[in-house]
Amino acid sequence: MGIRPVIYFLENNLIEKILSEARDLLCKLGITLHNREVLELLSGYGATIDQDKYHVLFTNDIIDKALGSTPASFKLYDVLGNETHDFSGTNSYFTPGSAAINILDNRTNEIRKPNTADYIHFSKLMSGLKYIASTSTAFIPADVPGKISDSYRLYLSLLYCEKPVVTGAFTIEGFEIMKDLQLAIRGTKEALVAKPLTIFSCCPTSPLKFSDVTSQNVVDCARFGIPVEFISMPLSGFMAPVTLVGSLIQHTAETISGIVISQLTNPGTPVLYGGSPAIFDMRYETTPMGAIETMMIDCAYNEIGKFLNIPTQAYISLSDAKSLDAQAGLESSMGATLAVLSGINNISGPGMLDFESCQSLQKLVLDNEICGMTLRMARGIEPKEDFPSIPLFQELLKEKHLLISKHTRKYIREEHYFPGRIINRANLSRWKEEGELSLTARANQEIERLLKEYQPSRLPEDSIKELTRRMEDEARLHGMDKLPG
Amino acid sequence: MNILQQISDQIDLGDDEKVYELTTTAIEQKIPVKQILDEGLLQGMNIVGRKFKEHEIFLPEVLMAAKAMNAGMELVKPLLLSGNVPMKARVVIGTVRGDLHDIGKNLVGVMLKGAGFEIIDLGNDVTPERFIETAKAEGAQFIGMSALLTTTMPVMKEVVDRIRSENLEDKIRTLIGGAAVSKGYAEEIGATAYCYDGSNAIDYLNSVI
Repeated sequence: MGIRPVIYFLENNLIEKILSEARDLLCKLGITLHNREVLELLSGYGATIDQDKYHVLFTNDIIDKALGSTPASFKLYDVLGNETHDFSGTNSYFTPGSAAINILDNRTNEIRKPNTADYIHFSKLMSGLKYIASTSTAFIPADVPGKISDSYRLYLSLLYCEKPVVTGAFTIEGFEIMKDLQLAIRGTKEALVAKPLTIFSCCPTSPLKFSDVTSQNVVDCARFGIPVEFISMPLSGFMAPVTLVGSLIQHTAETISGIVISQLTNPGTPVLYGGSPAIFDMRYETTPMGAIETMMIDCAYNEIGKFLNIPTQAYISLSDAKSLDAQAGLESSMGATLAVLSGINNISGPGMLDFESCQSLQKLVLDNEICGMTLRMARGIEPKEDFPSIPLFQELLKEKHLLISKHTRKYIREEHYFPGRIINRANLSRWKEEGELSLTARANQEIERLLKEYQPSRLPEDSIKELTRRMEDEARLHGMDKLPG
Repeated sequence: MNILQQISDQIDLGDDEKVYELTTTAIEQKIPVKQILDEGLLQGMNIVGRKFKEHEIFLPEVLMAAKAMNAGMELVKPLLLSGNVPMKARVVIGTVRGDLHDIGKNLVGVMLKGAGFEIIDLGNDVTPERFIETAKAEGAQFIGMSALLTTTMPVMKEVVDRIRSENLEDKIRTLIGGAAVSKGYAEEIGATAYCYDGSNAIDYLNSVI
């Protein structure tokens, strides 16, 4: 085995200092938590609660108890029950950026509200993208009532793509149907606990606040053993200290708060130590996900998660560009490279533009290649029948090339990553002869190819019927008699 | 399975020993040699060529297939010659005078051979006289010239000019390739075609023979 390359931003003594400060924040300043049930829960474990102000002061005992029961790893399974993810060590997996309100229309290059047809295209495309291991509820179809927009995305994802889904509920009520859709596939709660199918993103509100919805979603997921990724979003210089260390302290406190809620509800519930922090750009009043400091915070909190022996997640490998341009490529590949080199377990971002608000199928197919390249890099450099080397060089000198050498044929596909046609490696003449296709044109060709080659999900007919029945019932409750499409 | 289909399949798999055995059997079964060539050997290489273009397979598999094809060709070629069945075409190739860079030319040679063309490889540092005299002596229909250096490119023009001055344009066509040259340069010097890589050369030759 070769070395799995890993980079570090923090020394252990700095991690310990950050953790110590975060504990102090939680125990001395506390957090605001707008959920009576969770406040009761915490009170039962000795936290100091101010019910009127929805305020809680943690204790180190509560924090230790929660961290002590958090699993060091967990697995995910696709709709058919096959294992797809092992969130442990430095195993890295990609998932598309989630919950965009817009899409970049690949036919018109216009940024607009997405609909069901777009979502189906996305899900079909995701089926064929080899290096993005899970799908996500990547954007919000605007042609269904807002109250079912969270569950409807999950429904379409489960129907058109076999991969596990990174998702999340927008409301407390939304969880119920989203859990039911998973039960339609797994059959029983026990089966779902044994083979998790989704990860729910649960987002604390910076600074140091948990909304009623987020708190309840964390509790509900814990009760059903559904893995949760905590998405703390400190904004350096605005809703968090401007320094990266200061932002990390806040991120740590917010994430540990979520872990406490989850683990006290159901010890052993799988969680990802995640986030979507960003620096705040004081010129544009925006939160650049493509900023190098944003990525540094991501990689650093991942180290804190690993220090706590908890698998990690980050919103990294995405871009703030508005189209498939050079900025989109550079920000996404820089993020993906750093994420994989840091060993972040669940890397969210592919396809995403414009500060996590616009999904692009064009970018998704490009990002799939970025993911493939970085995952190749993660396999590192390892000797493969390279010692002693003289026989191979004798063959080279004799034959004048090694194109058909056994050694070449045995290792070519393992050693070299071959990107799809979106990455142009033709010589100039061939590129010209093939139509001088731009990156966007090649991306569109790749989209068309993947849609054409799409194979319907192998989910059993009974599960599809049950899934659809539950979704239709839910839609009717919200005034929609027939689902779109 | 039809033996010609088996030959084609084994070429696709790059198994030279099996292709040799199957071709021997096909000859013993008195299958017309032209049919063995077209429906077995070349058919296999056509499939390989398509797969290569679609990026389903890469160069090593193409060259293994070419090796397998040549194993069959060894048996078929004497029969083709004795039966006056024409080969696809004969091509003289080489790197031009003053240029020792022959990696690209070698690759093109191997690929053309695999595609059923008869290749006479003159190596590198080849003079215009040698290109033309060999083509005339061997009855080759094509001369393929390679150059990596801008300083050696003009040798290609010398070859083209000589062919023209000897009124051989209808008999010998010139193909150029290599990092230094381009389609524009081929037009400028009056070469018949510019081929940017091995498969492009195969496509070109197949389109004109």
